[in-house]
Amino acid sequence: MTRLVVTTVGPASSVQDGGRPGSQRYGLAPGGAMDPLGLAVANILLGNDPFAAAVEIGPLGAAFTACDGALRLALAGASRVADIAGRPAAFDSTMIVKEGETLTLGNTRDGCFSYLALEGGIRGTPMFGSLSVNARAGMGSPYPRPLQAGDELPAQTAAIGSENRIELPRRADAPIRVIMGPQNDEFSEDAIALFLSTPWAVSAVSDRMGYRLEGPPLVHRHGHNIVSDGTVNGSIQVPGNGQPIVLMPDRGTSGGYPKIATVISADLGRLAQTPPGQRVRFQAVNLTEAHAELRAFADLIRTLPDRLRPADGSGVNIEALQDANLAGIAVSAIDPGTWQNERGESS
Amino acid sequence: MVQAGHKRYKPWARTVRPMADSSTPPRLLPSGDSAVTVEFGRSIDETSNLRVLALDQALSQEPVEGIVETVPTYRSLLVHYDPLKIRFDALGEKLIGLATLPSPPAQQSRRWRIPVVYGGEHGIDLEDVARSLQTTPDEIVTRHLRGDYRVAMLGFTPGWSYLSGLDPRLEMPRRHEPRLLTPAGTISIGGVQAGIQCLPGPSGWHLLGRTAVRTYQLNRNPVFLLEPGDRVSFVAVDAQIFAEQERAAEQGEWIADLVPS
Repeated sequence: MTRLVVTTVGPASSVQDGGRPGSQRYGLAPGGAMDPLGLAVANILLGNDPFAAAVEIGPLGAAFTACDGALRLALAGASRVADIAGRPAAFDSTMIVKEGETLTLGNTRDGCFSYLALEGGIRGTPMFGSLSVNARAGMGSPYPRPLQAGDELPAQTAAIGSENRIELPRRADAPIRVIMGPQNDEFSEDAIALFLSTPWAVSAVSDRMGYRLEGPPLVHRHGHNIVSDGTVNGSIQVPGNGQPIVLMPDRGTSGGYPKIATVISADLGRLAQTPPGQRVRFQAVNLTEAHAELRAFADLIRTLPDRLRPADGSGVNIEALQDANLAGIAVSAIDPGTWQNERGESS
Repeated sequence: MVQAGHKRYKPWARTVRPMADSSTPPRLLPSGDSAVTVEFGRSIDETSNLRVLALDQALSQEPVEGIVETVPTYRSLLVHYDPLKIRFDALGEKLIGLATLPSPPAQQSRRWRIPVVYGGEHGIDLEDVARSLQTTPDEIVTRHLRGDYRVAMLGFTPGWSYLSGLDPRLEMPRRHEPRLLTPAGTISIGGVQAGIQCLPGPSGWHLLGRTAVRTYQLNRNPVFLLEPGDRVSFVAVDAQIFAEQERAAEQGEWIADLVPS
């Protein structure tokens, strides 16, 4: 059977889809892609359901090899240097990886998570309606844990067809919007003003459960313990040290720290793509604005197929050039470094 | 509003069904753009939890289009909704209406009997708890066994069941230093709460024993054994029976018994 074999992979790389909401009342986190837009783009490029399972690749490099057949893949999300057997591979485009060829990815250049989708999706056994990995709960398919070298993802052999690319609106480099609460009354006006004015640094100990933020401590009015209540994706809880934690899809379903604010749905993926060390600011919006943004985000996802364009042919040209290159040196039409000499002249 | 942590539970009287005070409307607190916290109180108290469970049950009996899922906790019901399907105002009106019905629907409650091996390697804090409360380990076990518990909520990790109904004489603050790893099936107490922990994980509670019952187990029907609102009593077993039950649980047996309420 055709399959994508994981040749090398860093931590924080796992199969993720739209997640498995519906069992939070039993303590089961919904999980799912950290950046839903990245996942949707990779899938739509291939004609998959927008929230079909794909490989969510963490910040470090990775390599994948096509075995027993050619695969059609698509990359989206955080960009990185990518090549297939030496030929450059573009993000936001489909690509063919021929049998035996390896897709090699560098570290992320901007962001944290890239999405590698497979034509026809990843084959696995859904648990509670999802293939998403939740290692703590022992859930996920084909592997109930993050990916490791040697793992094999069964896939469909590339269908005959042409390659696509997609044109996306530029992601705003704006503050992350929040709705205040549900426990903002546990904080003084000064603490709230500090929360909204501070450029918070994303901590290196952030993960799929939560993003820890570093900045001036936020002081609670009545101590840092509340009676545990339910959490959502984007809940910003403030523990005793006053350093906020934004809860992510693998969060605990309940928590006992006051939640000062909640990131709006449309902006959570953008926050998830903020690398450690980089700073984020928060801006309070009301429910009407948040719902308008959510509708716009849903419209963007729904109309992604309208943004597909035939790949401009450079992929074909690269292949032709590669085949014609008798010396075996990789040449790329879109990477001048491979065909210009040191003086900048074409060879 | 009552401040958290100062109000104490009374142990449940089995024959009395406490009436939830339904006169005060709950507070509606948006939790982001796709969920609302329906808050009945700020402390751990029986009345709030009953109203939470009653609203949860009302919503399961008469599903509201646009509600995605509900998560009961001690003092609030978290309602996840799809804002593309229902407007916040319309949802809020429905929730307030259901939450202030003059007579909330009676709780359907099942009762589970859950076996526990107490003390020793299985409950490493039993002796310390007895010392702190100036009594004997046997007395601690007796007080824990006599409790008539209700699953107030599940949360944190899959199957972690928070129980109300702990004997107030077992109330003690959580550990200063939470343990990073406590075993699967841990039976513990913390503050005014009792707990059944399913998966291994961190905990700041006091470990009294272990059960072979897995409140969460994949490839078993049902995957989740306990529901919010279920009643629970414990029964003591020895280490040998615990070991046998562990093997049976591994094979997918429930181990917990459903008993007539």
